[in-house]
Amino acid sequence: MSSERAKVRPSTSHDLSEQDIDALLRSVEQPGSAFRVVTTLLILIILGCWVLFSRQILRGLGVTGLNQPVGWGFYIVNFVFFIGISHAGTLISAILRLSNAEWRRPITRMAEVITVVVLAIGAFHPVLDLGRPDRMLNIFTAGRLQSPLLWDVSSISAYFMASTVYLYMPMIPDIALLRDRGARPRWLYSFLAWNWQNTPRQREVLERAVNIMMILVIPIAVSVHTVISYIFAMTLQPGWHSTIFGPYFVVGAIFSGIAALMVLMIVLRRVFHLERYLKEIHFSHLSKLLLVMSLLWFYFTFSEYLTAFFGNEPAEMRVFFYKFTGPYATLFWGMVVCNFLIPVVLLSFRRTRTIPGIMVASIAIVIGMWLERLNIVVPSLANPRLAYPSGFYVPSLVEWAMFVGGLATFALGFVLFARLFPLISVWELREGQEIAVAETAERVESYLPDPVPKGETA
Amino acid sequence: MARWGMAIDLDRCTGCGNCMAACHQENNLTAVGPEETDQSRAFHWIRLLREVSGSEAHAAVRYKPALCVQCDDPPCVKVCPVHATYLSEEGIVGQIYSRCIGCRYCMAACPYNAKVFNWYEPEWPGELKRKANPDVSFRSHGVVEKCTFCHHRVNHAREQARAEDRELRDGEVVPACAESCPARAIVLGNLDDPESTVSTLARSPRAFRPHEDLGTRPKVFYLEEQE
Repeated sequence: MSSERAKVRPSTSHDLSEQDIDALLRSVEQPGSAFRVVTTLLILIILGCWVLFSRQILRGLGVTGLNQPVGWGFYIVNFVFFIGISHAGTLISAILRLSNAEWRRPITRMAEVITVVVLAIGAFHPVLDLGRPDRMLNIFTAGRLQSPLLWDVSSISAYFMASTVYLYMPMIPDIALLRDRGARPRWLYSFLAWNWQNTPRQREVLERAVNIMMILVIPIAVSVHTVISYIFAMTLQPGWHSTIFGPYFVVGAIFSGIAALMVLMIVLRRVFHLERYLKEIHFSHLSKLLLVMSLLWFYFTFSEYLTAFFGNEPAEMRVFFYKFTGPYATLFWGMVVCNFLIPVVLLSFRRTRTIPGIMVASIAIVIGMWLERLNIVVPSLANPRLAYPSGFYVPSLVEWAMFVGGLATFALGFVLFARLFPLISVWELREGQEIAVAETAERVESYLPDPVPKGETA
Repeated sequence: MARWGMAIDLDRCTGCGNCMAACHQENNLTAVGPEETDQSRAFHWIRLLREVSGSEAHAAVRYKPALCVQCDDPPCVKVCPVHATYLSEEGIVGQIYSRCIGCRYCMAACPYNAKVFNWYEPEWPGELKRKANPDVSFRSHGVVEKCTFCHHRVNHAREQARAEDRELRDGEVVPACAESCPARAIVLGNLDDPESTVSTLARSPRAFRPHEDLGTRPKVFYLEEQE
C-alpha cells in the first residue's frame, strides 16, 4: 500500500501533532500485556456463564426462576435494559452531528461503539428466553407481522444494520491511517480501508454518506424502543396498557444510554490517558444533557403513576401498591433515588458536577434504569386481574450468570474494539482543528445582524 | 358449524376439584410434583380460583373453576409471533404445539392467566404414561398449552354424527370436566343454537362473563345469584 496520501491543506499550527496521533492510536499499536490479561479474564467469565447456561439448554427453562404468572424475568428485563443502553450511541452521535455541535468530535466514536456492541447483546436476550430456541427460525417461516414481537425483530435488525454502517463509515479514514502506518494484521486494515486515499472526491462521498445515515438512524432509533414498549403496551395488562409507554421508554433509553456512555468515557479516559482529548468541558456538556433527561424521566414517571393512582382501578391499584408499598417497594424507591434524587442533586451544582460526581451519578442512573425495567416487567405480571394470589419471582443462578455474562461480553466487545481501532476519531479531530474553527466563526457571523446596506445612514 | 361455549353454574360448584383431576387424565397433562407447584408452576388447564368476599366476620368463600374462556377476540392470538395459537372456525382457540417457540408472550397477554408452560420435559410418573389418552398429543418442553374445550371429543362427536348422517345433538359433546362434575355445574354446547342448554343459560339473568369490560368476548359464562 502506498503511503503517499495527498495532503489537502497545508498543515496549520492547529494540526494534530505526531505525538497526538501516537497517543490516540496507542491502544491499537501498543496494546501491552494488560490487554491480554483483561481479554483472557473476560473470556473465562463468559465461558463460565455459558457453562452454567448449558443447564438451561439441556433441561429447559425450568432452571430459571420464572413461573406462572411471572413468565418473564431477567432475560426480558435485560433485553429491554441493554437495548435501552444502545440508544446512547447512535442517537446522541447523530443528534450532535446534525446540530453541528463541535464538542461532539471526541465523543461520537465511543457512543457508536456502545450501540453496536450492546445491541448485539440485547438482541440475543429474547433467544435466551425462548422455550424452544431451536425453533427460532419459525419467526421467518411462519411469522405474523401483526405481533409486536415481529415489529421488534424488524426494527432491531434495521437499527443494527444502520448503526453498524454508521459506526463503520466514519472509521474508514482512520482505518486508512492505520493501514498507512503499517498496523497489523495488514490484510484486515487494507481490506477495511476500502482503498481510502483521502481524495476530495472520496471525502465528498463519505461526508454525504455519513449525512444520509445520521438522518436515517434517528427515526430508526426512536422506533426501536417505542416498539419494545409496544410489546408491553399492546397487551391489556394493568400497568402496561398505557399510551405513554412509547415516549417513556425512549426517554429512559436515551437517559440510561448517556449515563453508560459517561461511565465508559471516564473509565477509558483513565485507562488510555485521553485526558487531553476528553476534557472537563465535554463531560460538563453531556452531564447537562443527562440532567435534562433525568427531569424528563421523572416527569414521565410522575404522570404515569399519578394517572394510575387517581383513576383508582382495582387491577391497576394492585400493581401500584405492589410497587409503592409491597414486595417491590425497595426496588421502586431505589429506582427513584438512583434515577432522580442522586443525579439531580449531583448534576445541578457546579461544585459536584466534577468528573467523580458525574461518575457517581452515571453509575446510579445505570443501576436505576435497570431497576426501572425490572419494575415494569415483573409487578404487572405478578398481579393478574383474576382472584389469583400475587406471584413472586426470584431469579436463579442461571439468570444471574447470563446477566454477568452480558456485562462481561459488553466489556469484551469494548476491549477488542479498542485493540483494533482508535476510540477517538482521529480524522474528525483533525478536521475540527483544521477547518472547524474557521467554519464556526463564519457560522456565528451569519447569525449576527446584517451590515447596514450602502446608501443608508445608520 | 357450531360455536362452542360453556356455562359454569357457580351456585352448584362445591369446589371439589374433580374437574381438575379429570382434565389432567383426559388431556395427558404433565404431573409437575410438589416442588414445582411450590415454585408457582402448578400445571392445570382448569383450576379453582378461591374468591373471598364480605367482611372478615361474614367472609364468604366461593370457588370458581377457571379455564381458557375461548375469547372471540383473543388477546393471545393477536400477539403470537409465529401463528402457534389461533381462533378456529368453531370459536375454539387452538394451540399448535409443534410450532410454538415458547416466547410466552401469549401468557403475558392473557388477562385470564389461562395458559401454562412446560418448564421441563413433561413426565408421567408410574402408570400414568401407559394410561395416556391416545386422542391427545404429548407436548414437549418449552411450549405453551391450555384448555381446548376437549376438542378431540368435539371431533369424535362430529364424526359419530356424520356416520349416522345427522346433525350434532345438544349435549352430545361432554368435555372431561363436565363429565366428572358431581354437581353437574358445567355444560358445553352450541352458542349459535338459541335452543341449546348453553344459550338458554347464557341468557339467564344470573349469567355473566369474566372481564366482559375488556372486550375479549369470552365464550365461558358463569352463573351466579346476583345480589
